[in-house]
Amino acid sequence: MAESKNNDAFVEFERVQKSYDGETLVVKDLNLTLPKGEFLTMLGPSGSGKTTCLMMLAGFETATHGDIRLDGVGINNIPPHKRGIGMVFQNYALFPHMTIAENLSFPLEVRKIGKSEREEKVKRALDMVEMGDFGGRRPAQLSGGQQQRVALSRALVFEPELVLMDEPLGALDKQLREKMQFEITNLAHSLGITTVYVTHDQTEALTMSDRVAVFDDGRIQQCAPPDQLYEEPDNSFVAQFIGENNTLLGTIKEIKGDQAVVQLDDGELIDCKPINVSKVGERTRVSIRPERVEFNKERLQPGAHTLKAEVLEFIYMGDIFRTRLRVAGNDEFIVKTRNAPDQVRLTPGTQVDIGWLPRDCRALDA
Amino acid sequence: MSDIADTGPVLAADGTPLKRSLARALRVQKTRALLLIAPLLAFVLISFIWPIGVMLFRSVENEIVENTLPNTVKELATWDGGSQELPPQSAFEALYFDMFAATELKRHTRLGTRLNYEKTGISSLFRQSGRKLDDPGKDYRKALGAVTSDITKSATWLELISGASDAARSAPLVASQRQRLSTLDDRQIKGDLSFSPSADIVQLLPRAAREYTAFALYTELVDGKDVAKTKPWESVYVALAADLSDADVSGYNGPHAQMLRDLVAADVTAPDFRAIFTDIDKDWGALETWRTIQTHSKPYTSGYFLNAIDMQKTPEGAMAQPENKQILVKLFIRTLIMSLIIMGSCALLAYPVAWILANLPARKANILMIFVLLPFWTSLLVRTSAWKVMLQQQGVINDVLVWLGLVDDADRLIMINNQFGTIVAMTHILLPFMILPMYSVMQTINPSYLRAAKSLGATNWTAFWRVYFPQTIPGIGAGAILVFILSIGYYITPEIVGGTKGVFISNRIAYHISSSLNWGLAAALGTILLVVVLVLYWAYDKIVGIDNVKLG
Repeated sequence: MAESKNNDAFVEFERVQKSYDGETLVVKDLNLTLPKGEFLTMLGPSGSGKTTCLMMLAGFETATHGDIRLDGVGINNIPPHKRGIGMVFQNYALFPHMTIAENLSFPLEVRKIGKSEREEKVKRALDMVEMGDFGGRRPAQLSGGQQQRVALSRALVFEPELVLMDEPLGALDKQLREKMQFEITNLAHSLGITTVYVTHDQTEALTMSDRVAVFDDGRIQQCAPPDQLYEEPDNSFVAQFIGENNTLLGTIKEIKGDQAVVQLDDGELIDCKPINVSKVGERTRVSIRPERVEFNKERLQPGAHTLKAEVLEFIYMGDIFRTRLRVAGNDEFIVKTRNAPDQVRLTPGTQVDIGWLPRDCRALDA
Repeated sequence: MSDIADTGPVLAADGTPLKRSLARALRVQKTRALLLIAPLLAFVLISFIWPIGVMLFRSVENEIVENTLPNTVKELATWDGGSQELPPQSAFEALYFDMFAATELKRHTRLGTRLNYEKTGISSLFRQSGRKLDDPGKDYRKALGAVTSDITKSATWLELISGASDAARSAPLVASQRQRLSTLDDRQIKGDLSFSPSADIVQLLPRAAREYTAFALYTELVDGKDVAKTKPWESVYVALAADLSDADVSGYNGPHAQMLRDLVAADVTAPDFRAIFTDIDKDWGALETWRTIQTHSKPYTSGYFLNAIDMQKTPEGAMAQPENKQILVKLFIRTLIMSLIIMGSCALLAYPVAWILANLPARKANILMIFVLLPFWTSLLVRTSAWKVMLQQQGVINDVLVWLGLVDDADRLIMINNQFGTIVAMTHILLPFMILPMYSVMQTINPSYLRAAKSLGATNWTAFWRVYFPQTIPGIGAGAILVFILSIGYYITPEIVGGTKGVFISNRIAYHISSSLNWGLAAALGTILLVVVLVLYWAYDKIVGIDNVKLG
């Protein structure tokens, strides 16, 4: 009944709300559009509403309010089995009483596909994840990584245009997880399917996705490509949640276009880029990424601001050095520097000057 | 490359074979484990395995005939039961003395009851005969007493059988008679006998010496009376009369030799044992009676098992019971069919309940679980009686149906004292045994399987039938086995609500244990029941696999 407003949109959430108990909203006013072929990750802490969104899309939960559209068609009242959405579950949900081949054959059987075509598709799907020799085994006889591949190929075997993945790599060890991340993105892109991926692991989100939607408190805090999300966070939640971040508290003194002066709590004045602050006198949280801080003044542009800092701790991490400083009363100010021949190794107790470019210093909400 | 020599067993560090070293190390652990289970093991052995074994053994045990009538059985061994001739006089004679001793020890009615299972009427025949066996003895006492009154005196008898004080003693006779009475009385007769028969007399008057020794053993060691002052058994006179007819007393010179010569001279007629019995009851002249005794004289019998499957043991071999006595096979089949029906209805009713239990939030599930478990806390009798109140013709259900106008008052439904009543009540009582294993299995099934199936395109029904249901089969299997095995041996509920049409084989077993006292048949029925359950269990294991059964 609802017509798509956006021709590009393949999946659309419009003003979607969800409440389980009628008292609190788990998902608050969700608006999201996915073009065809996009790999979108829903990232957020547990309880932020990301899995609920996925379940609403899959049809296992109904939206309390709002419309969800798939390819322009409202799917609120379509039962899950008619949505034609592939899904990979956190625990894989491979049917334990069926062999791997039977598991893969299941979605084809319920679609009344003929036996020979079925066998061919199953074989192709298993080959795709390099599990061709395992068709006769039972899920319990496979390792976690193998089960994961089977679950993936089962979700793809009936050629859905949309695949949902609910923390599919959560149970795997680090090495295997990184390998699978790579395989999943490759597969999704080569098949051109639209993917919605839920995770709470930000590295996974950044490495795999075309776009990441950061969830908190039932809302999307920011939905952007990974680099933008990391380098230009819209608010202090995203800045804190994605990657490592240094924050300094202060008050806005002056705003001129895309430049602002912030007085830190110890009285120092610094130049920042105002993001979601608008008026003078407002409290702000200034965010600087650890790798954007410089010890070497020569590398800074003229006019770049410098601050006095005291070295508290120096940690050698191989590829980088991690230095903990006291800056403007903040004891947890971290600076990451590349392990290069000319890089200084600071000893605790030393007083240093640090600086950064004003565009790397973002004044966000407090 | 190994540095251990490739021949011989692997050795431990001290040179002993590794296997022995390991066994020694584990021995303490094993002993401790064994000690921990020892009390339970002993308890189970003493209170469960052993009594059951003894009970089941009764289904083939049949020593009573041989123990009660040992000499008769011996005599009958040479008799051809298929002939139209009655057994020889010697068999009747053996029967007389066997029966007499058995009657004195009050054991003859027990045998009568046993043989009555095989041929009705034998019980009363034995009881009557026991009562009348004294009569020929009294006649002979009178007849011999008329010749010399000494023979009726107790002391005379003791002196006569003891013989001269310096005569050789016959220890074997005392021992054999002690054995005879011990077997008959089912207990060892102990103690020293003050009396012993002289070897001369045993040779001269074998029957009288034998019977008198048995009498003396019984009187002194069982009754605790003085043999010299107690009147001998009447059978002793009959024995003496039989001995006198073919004894040569002329050369005897022990005590009372003259009396014996007088008695022989009086020429009292030798007892005709066959006539004695046929006078008591004409059934003793019937071939059937003797055939029954002969057929069932073996110490182990298949008779009870044949009876249990509506057959009987006859001299010609196993034969079908008369039509009107064939009830047990029907009862077995009925028990099996009704147990299957109960199992099926339990499964049908339990499945949705278990499903709801497994899928509700824990708090609500716990409340519901209390309702499931509530029957366990109520007495079985109370629950069964409650069904009586519900189902009877003037009961709650009929009242409601009449009040609603669905059933005519004059035409109330009969829902109790038949198979329907038994099935309803037992389904209710056994339902928890089906729900619990199903519930525990369903609880372990992750709801994401159903979601996965639906996301793969299965309808609710297909998802249930192809994905959920197969995973619950272990629970259904466990519940089904449990309910079936419980119901196949159920007793109280069919007894109360089953009437005559709705009773199980167990009720028949109980009847034979407590009313007809045919424990052998009861044991045979029990054994068959046990075997049927084991066979079904085996078949289930073959078909479904017992590994697939989960109780929790």
